[in-house]
Amino acid sequence: MFDTSLTLADLGFLAQGAAMTLAVTAVSVIAGTILGIVFGVIRNQAGPYWSIPLTFLLDVFRSVPLLIQLVLGNAAQSIFKLGWPPFTTSCVVLSLYTAAYCTEIVRGGISSVPATTRRAARSLGLTWWQDMRYIVAPLATRVSLPAWIGLTLGVMKDSALVLWLGLIELLRASQILVTRLQEPLFILIICGAIYFIISFPVARLGGYLEKRWSPND
Amino acid sequence: MISYSFHWNQAFKALPQMLDGALVTLQIAILSMVVGLAVALALTLFRLSGNRALSGFATGWVEIARNTPALFQIYMAHFGLGNFGIHLSPYTALLVGIAFNNAGYLAENFRGALKAIPDTQTRAGRSLGMTPLQAFRYIVLPQMLRVAFLPATNQMVWAILMTSLGVTVGMNTDLAGVTQELNARSFRTFEFFAIAAVIYYLIAKAVTLIARLFAARMFRY
Amino acid sequence: MIEIENVRKSFGQLEVLKGINLTVKKGEVLTIIGGSGSGKSTLLTCINGLETIDAGRIVVDGTDVHAKGTDLNKLRRKLGIVFQQFNAFPHLTVLENVMLAPVKVLGQSKAEAEAMAVKQLSHVGLADKLKVYPSRMSGGQQQRMAIARALAMSPAYMLFDEVTSALDPQLVGEVLDTLRMLASEGMTMICVTHEMKFAREVSDRVAFFHKGVMAEIAPPEELFDAPKDPELQTFLAATH
Repeated sequence: MFDTSLTLADLGFLAQGAAMTLAVTAVSVIAGTILGIVFGVIRNQAGPYWSIPLTFLLDVFRSVPLLIQLVLGNAAQSIFKLGWPPFTTSCVVLSLYTAAYCTEIVRGGISSVPATTRRAARSLGLTWWQDMRYIVAPLATRVSLPAWIGLTLGVMKDSALVLWLGLIELLRASQILVTRLQEPLFILIICGAIYFIISFPVARLGGYLEKRWSPND
Repeated sequence: MISYSFHWNQAFKALPQMLDGALVTLQIAILSMVVGLAVALALTLFRLSGNRALSGFATGWVEIARNTPALFQIYMAHFGLGNFGIHLSPYTALLVGIAFNNAGYLAENFRGALKAIPDTQTRAGRSLGMTPLQAFRYIVLPQMLRVAFLPATNQMVWAILMTSLGVTVGMNTDLAGVTQELNARSFRTFEFFAIAAVIYYLIAKAVTLIARLFAARMFRY
Repeated sequence: MIEIENVRKSFGQLEVLKGINLTVKKGEVLTIIGGSGSGKSTLLTCINGLETIDAGRIVVDGTDVHAKGTDLNKLRRKLGIVFQQFNAFPHLTVLENVMLAPVKVLGQSKAEAEAMAVKQLSHVGLADKLKVYPSRMSGGQQQRMAIARALAMSPAYMLFDEVTSALDPQLVGEVLDTLRMLASEGMTMICVTHEMKFAREVSDRVAFFHKGVMAEIAPPEELFDAPKDPELQTFLAATH
């Protein structure tokens, strides 16, 4: 069908790239989400003394290009002689980047829980922690989940930028094959299809949950 | 502990060059938004047309734009089109890639905005003797623009951030490109990129602020 | 004159109008009462052609509404309609809401349309709200604005579709007063309503709809005081 010199080994190379993409994404999303929850609670509950500087700092991560953040992160680790490999640097920067967005999602989720519900919980004698654990967390999760799924997919796509630090993820792997085989369109279409196959079903699930869990249901 | 010595002076001397780069960045972002808005409008009309081929084309565009990395889309414009004998300069490839991305997200935004305007508004207009086009033009469209405005502003900020990806396809006149060239000559990576980060931040904030002021004037209801 | 001849209309399996015959003469005030799902609101949107019909015909001043060549946009200038939901245009001020259609549809000059809009808005008691956006007004005020908006087109007929149903009880009165005023001025009106006292007061005739059929039509004294149809008797007993 296609007259291509792409071999099975090359496809394996692409698969390795895809695995790297997923690994960077998984580490960053997990770490970023944990940080995001902590920051989100602080944004919501702590006074302005904590919340305003934090808000400003996180806003910086959302207003500076990720590529610049990666370069700065890498430069910083070398200045501080941390000796991090590109994978670690990439994951650290992407985690903070994820946390910046996740904080807003968590904050939105928490503030969607009506104050009356929380007052009712505290009136029953629940502690702050119990209120958070049994009342706020389940309700806020439901509200936040579609946006969080969107964030995860966003990080998966943005993780392509770690190629700038030398990591061979899916897009970089494709680029290497393009240079070697000189079949840019064919290889890039395979690469795009892999991204699409990972992203599209999850995006649809997010859309479905959003519709199904919309507040008026 | 840190044996690295910062050379901020050297970096600040390059500020005029970097600001020139920032102008190119802004130019690409604005052009990509203008093209993106026009294409998004066409895609939205395609999706409403009821024609299967047109709406399939539009849906395909939107889903590819939303489900693949922006960098992939720029690579497609830069390397992929080479198969058709189309060789775009880094500037054009960057512009095409970002405009493609903008169009997809904005088309989805328009669709959501359109859904947010209840049918009863059109009915009320038609009841006053308006043609479907008049009802759309004078009643639905102005309301739709308000709903779509904030997400479109966000997309503009995204477009600014996406311009930085040009450096990966050899772009050397925008802010990221200029910064990278300075870096390659001097190896003061942190200083140059920190200044670039501040400039990007200020541009993003300025755009957001201008959009807010504009919205406050435009949408008073 | 509005002539409705043997009109039938279904939504899917559900037949909501099962052969309606009705004539409304110039200057007449007809109210339509009946339970929900009786088809009374659907009839109004069929009269101005927002809904199609499956059989029969509706003729307004000699024009067959659902005939092929009918210019509905032109016909609708004659037929003012006000809905249960006020349908204010939120992005326009009260004055702009009322001026929009006269300028864009009738091609009036801005000055002409503004003079008319001010007149109609004063008429419904909103002269002091011209520059206000609808979101700043109560439901009753928005509904009166919707009435002024329809009147600014100088319609020959006014159709009112449960215009007080979405209002808080304390706001119903001001809207009904506006309708009373229009009736006393000789406007030809068809009002679908749940307000029995209002129907009795203003109507020349009252029609009772039940499950897509016009079960009874008579002058108000007769219909309310000596109802013949058993369904109407049940309906009236339930509303008292």
